[in-house]
Amino acid sequence: MSDPLQSRKPRGELLLSLRGISKNFGAVSALTDIDLDIHAGEVVALVGDNGAGKSTLVKVLAGVHQASSGIIEFQGKPVTMASPAAALQLGIATVFQDLALCENLDVVANIFLGQELNPLRLDEVAMEVRAWTLLNELAARIPSVREPIASLSGGQRQTVAIARSLLLNPKIIMLDEPTAALGVAQTAEVLNLVERVRDKGLGVIMISHNMEDVRAVADRIVVLRLGRNNGVFTPDASNQELVGAITGATDNAVSRRADRLREAAGEQI
Amino acid sequence: MSPQLDRADARVTHAAGFSGTVKAFMDRVKSGDLGSLPVVVGLAIIWTVFTALNPIFLSPNNLVNLLFDCSTTGVIALGIVCVLMLGEIDLSVGSMSGVGSALVGVVWVNQGIPLPVAIGTAIALGALIGAIYATLRNRLGMPSFVSTLSGLLALLGLQLYMLGSTGSINLPYGSKMVEFGQLMILPAWLSYSLAVIPGIVMLVVGRSTNARRRAANLSAGSASGLVLKAVATTVVLLGIVFYLTLGRGVPWMFALFVALVLLMNYALTRTQWGRSMKAVGGNAEAARRAGINVRAIYISAFALCSSLAALGGVLSAARLASSSQQAGTGDVNLNAIAAAVIGGTSLFGGRGTAFSALLGIIVIQSIANGLTLLNLSSSLRYMITGAVLAIAVIVDSLARQSRASHGRA
Repeated sequence: MSDPLQSRKPRGELLLSLRGISKNFGAVSALTDIDLDIHAGEVVALVGDNGAGKSTLVKVLAGVHQASSGIIEFQGKPVTMASPAAALQLGIATVFQDLALCENLDVVANIFLGQELNPLRLDEVAMEVRAWTLLNELAARIPSVREPIASLSGGQRQTVAIARSLLLNPKIIMLDEPTAALGVAQTAEVLNLVERVRDKGLGVIMISHNMEDVRAVADRIVVLRLGRNNGVFTPDASNQELVGAITGATDNAVSRRADRLREAAGEQI
Repeated sequence: MSPQLDRADARVTHAAGFSGTVKAFMDRVKSGDLGSLPVVVGLAIIWTVFTALNPIFLSPNNLVNLLFDCSTTGVIALGIVCVLMLGEIDLSVGSMSGVGSALVGVVWVNQGIPLPVAIGTAIALGALIGAIYATLRNRLGMPSFVSTLSGLLALLGLQLYMLGSTGSINLPYGSKMVEFGQLMILPAWLSYSLAVIPGIVMLVVGRSTNARRRAANLSAGSASGLVLKAVATTVVLLGIVFYLTLGRGVPWMFALFVALVLLMNYALTRTQWGRSMKAVGGNAEAARRAGINVRAIYISAFALCSSLAALGGVLSAARLASSSQQAGTGDVNLNAIAAAVIGGTSLFGGRGTAFSALLGIIVIQSIANGLTLLNLSSSLRYMITGAVLAIAVIVDSLARQSRASHGRA
């Protein structure tokens, strides 16, 4: 455990472990041999350029896409996630980049979508109370939970999506660009939230293009490039190192260091 | 005292009192959330015009006949609401009702098998056909427009095949079935009792909901508003029953239709299934990612639609006292779809209520009934019904654009 790439704090149990995950869309390989470990109580940031495969990886973990090959282990047991419902059952909650909200339904209905209380006689009062509790935990500024999602701003929709992911007390929460559409204060709130979720012992996977946000909360930064692992960094890595790994500028010190680090990381990635 | 959970945000205005309620309603309408307003206005216009042209139109017995006629196609329209809710369509409901009608004739009259079995067979066949449409869509990606269009022809063929060379089977007069379709009327005391129930239910459920909301520190509606609504509903329903009782009274068949509408309304608004239906109609991918079994929802909607179409066919056989080759052909198909759309169920999915089938079919049948009273030919009736459908779809599209620009889905 003397590896410099280990996180600064002692990590919790290994929750999720990917080995050699590949995903092909016809002739295009979106992901090739991806390895990734997520421990309880840590924030792993996934960074990479557009088309690096971040969102595809998230969709594989969320059960939206199925991996073409490779092994996914959840808490030590190999699992297959045939559907989003299966991933939710395991305890992997996802906030998608496109949020995946139903615009014609109100906030309460969206938060409880597919998980309604009392299926044969919906318990609207209990659901509304729980919705407010979740939103207040996030210090969210939602004017009314009985308005359709269509009437909310982008940031408010993001908050609703995050609140929804926390509903089932998941073990891992994946956030695909959670701060992309948010204002300054709301970004800080989401980052606070990420830390709060981490401190509760959940594993967090966060995708972001914003290096400041990544550095602020991540325990490890995993770089993807063209669908492959391209290095693991600690938050104190320099911007140059990160950018080099992300853009794949091949012939410089940054990328050579990245290569060295990747080899050093070995199975630990 | 801490502010109520849902009243903590100062930016939102909340309707308070009677004037607030009226203002909130006006705002909703202006932003394109029309609800059943267009159909109520349309109905008022249609009734005024027809009554002016022929006062018999508004006579109690004519309205009773109108309700008899509404029930058959209305049940079919109720199924259409289900598929429209998903943004899909079923063009074969007319043929399906024809098959249902023929099946009752063949199985019950010709084969002598008990009537409940015959009706059950028709409904089960409907469920099967609907499940096939949904499976074609789920597994092969076949648009429901095409699968049900081919179903329209195939089912019409099945109907003609079952009826054979004679072309029609008469149902025995005096049988319970035909009496149900033509004569059976609720006793007056029962009609009045049933008319009082909705108000009582509104009051009881509303009070308990308000109490629970207050206990949970949420805002609750005012008690006086609730009483006002319940009283208004009761008065209107009693008035309708009183007027109909001046004639023959409320038909059993219409009571069955209304019962189905209420059941569907409960299922769509108060159950997880209904919530999933709206979610799939609004954003199927989001629903899938939320863990909803989207394929099962499609199967349930199409199966329900075709089952109700078959039941509608059975009712029309009872109404006409025959299973004929004409059952379910002509304008039945379009009337059922038009009723759902005119009643306010969106063609674009995700919006609609069970009541739209009830309101819409009353509009359609009023036009048909009124034009018949004026001795106008069916050619004119088709043209006018077509125009009304076009207007309804235009209103739907405009309201949808307006909702989008006002931030309502």
